[in-house]
Amino acid sequence: MSDPHTTILRIDHARKSFGSTRVLNDISLNVDAGEVVAIIGPSGSGKSTLLRCATLLERLDGGSLHYDGEPVAHTDDVGKIVYASTQALHKVRMKFGLVFQDFNLFPHFSVMRNITDAAIHVQKRPKEEVRAEAEALLKKMGLEDKGNAMPCELSGGQQQRVSIARALALNPEILYFDEPTSALDPELTAEILRVIRGLAAERMTMVIVTHEMNFAKEVADRIIFMNDGLIIEEGPARDLVETPQSDRLKAFLNKLETWEQHGIPES
Amino acid sequence: MSISTIVQMLGEGALTSLLIFGFTLVGSLPLGLLVAFGRMSKLAPIRWLMRFYISIMRGTPLILQLFIVYFGPFYLFGVSMGTDYRFTATLIAFILNYAAYFGEIYRSGIESIPKGQYEAATVLGYSRTKTFVRIIFPQVIKRILPPLTNEIITLVKDTALAFTLGVAEMFTQARAIVSSQGNLMAFLIAGIFYYVFNAGVAFIMERVEKAFAYYHE
Ligand SMILES: Nc1ncnc2c1ncn2[C@@H]1O[C@H](COP(=O)(O)OP(=O)(O)OP(=O)(O)O)[C@@H](O)[C@H]1O
Ligand SMILES: [Mg+2]
Repeated sequence: MSDPHTTILRIDHARKSFGSTRVLNDISLNVDAGEVVAIIGPSGSGKSTLLRCATLLERLDGGSLHYDGEPVAHTDDVGKIVYASTQALHKVRMKFGLVFQDFNLFPHFSVMRNITDAAIHVQKRPKEEVRAEAEALLKKMGLEDKGNAMPCELSGGQQQRVSIARALALNPEILYFDEPTSALDPELTAEILRVIRGLAAERMTMVIVTHEMNFAKEVADRIIFMNDGLIIEEGPARDLVETPQSDRLKAFLNKLETWEQHGIPES
Repeated sequence: MSISTIVQMLGEGALTSLLIFGFTLVGSLPLGLLVAFGRMSKLAPIRWLMRFYISIMRGTPLILQLFIVYFGPFYLFGVSMGTDYRFTATLIAFILNYAAYFGEIYRSGIESIPKGQYEAATVLGYSRTKTFVRIIFPQVIKRILPPLTNEIITLVKDTALAFTLGVAEMFTQARAIVSSQGNLMAFLIAGIFYYVFNAGVAFIMERVEKAFAYYHE
């Protein structure tokens, strides 16, 4: 967890298309150290794609991407996107963690090994130290007795907590969450939200894509509302939810409210 | 000829069968992995080449492949290889043939691993090689054990085809004994040998599957 007031993530004029579909349309976003940013928006608005571009799972088509002020990708004079070298990208990857909607734990590794394997075999840190840190992380996640369990023996909520611990074990500067509770039953959602709240209290820098509006309002410093690959509105969390400016955000919030009262319609 | 003499003679042949079996596995299991990589290569020509190779190996009889490998050097290049070449030719044909089958099994296993596993590994900083070795391949093994077992059991029975090149493996021996004795005792005993051999294979593969049963997906 780094110094306050430094910008960790900086995305400028990001563009991304899949075939002829424009998914990100001139997106700019800064995230400072210690900040918690929530991203909301209707399905298909490009939230996941934005996280996937920020975590280098997808390549941008245009714009630029910086971590800690260092260029990771930029657009050259002829409008072509240029990424840093493979080695440089490897170093950049150590700066962030990503928590997936469906966990993506390694099923053949024990919980302990899921958390420690990358630290030991990618970061080449001493085993003893990594294990001790992992024990502490497990404790923090309320899973101190699960180190030897296999992922398949855990509930969805427990698996997601392991995946958060796995990401934290590499000591990232910034942690991304892509709908971390969407694959979970409502009663398991609370335990994940509690963990994220705890991280926010420690000033962990986080970007969270979520549909949990009350949670976003409470835990985020800033909310970004996306629609059709554009940032339509952004601002302090409470203001954005309580006094939305754009019609689209108003419509979106209304719809969520109806869903919360009547359940999400089966599509 | 007493039963114990027959058993002894067949035992010598069985040793050769076992050698064919062992060398074929040692050669074709790793080669199959290369075939799978070639089949999934980013480079289209390599992909087509592997596809062609696999289709030939699967689309023509193994016995024909044995003959081509054995007689090929002479008829194609005018090179005489001597009688020792029988055994080598058998191994070459078997390894090439089984590598194609194993390659397809590996490929189906590799392709069945969810994309999320690669993505999680990538974000955690695993290199491509480390991702494959540490994350993907161990899961592939577990998934392909059943088809692998089938193929290995077929290989045990296929070793008998080496008789067509005159390699003194068990079936060759059994045939010689049967024609000199005028009864089927040697075939019966050879059958028992193959059966026990495959029971052993099945037993070992079951143990391996159990060893991988410590998790499910
Ligand atoms: N790999 C891909 N290939 C083609 N199209 C894609 C791909 N990934 C995403 N898309 C498309 O891009 C658009 C944005 O997708 P994205 O997953 O970023 O939306 P989202 O805001 O995360 O939606 P949700 O709330 O449903 O998760 C969608 O129209 C989607 O179909
Ligand atoms: Mg999404």
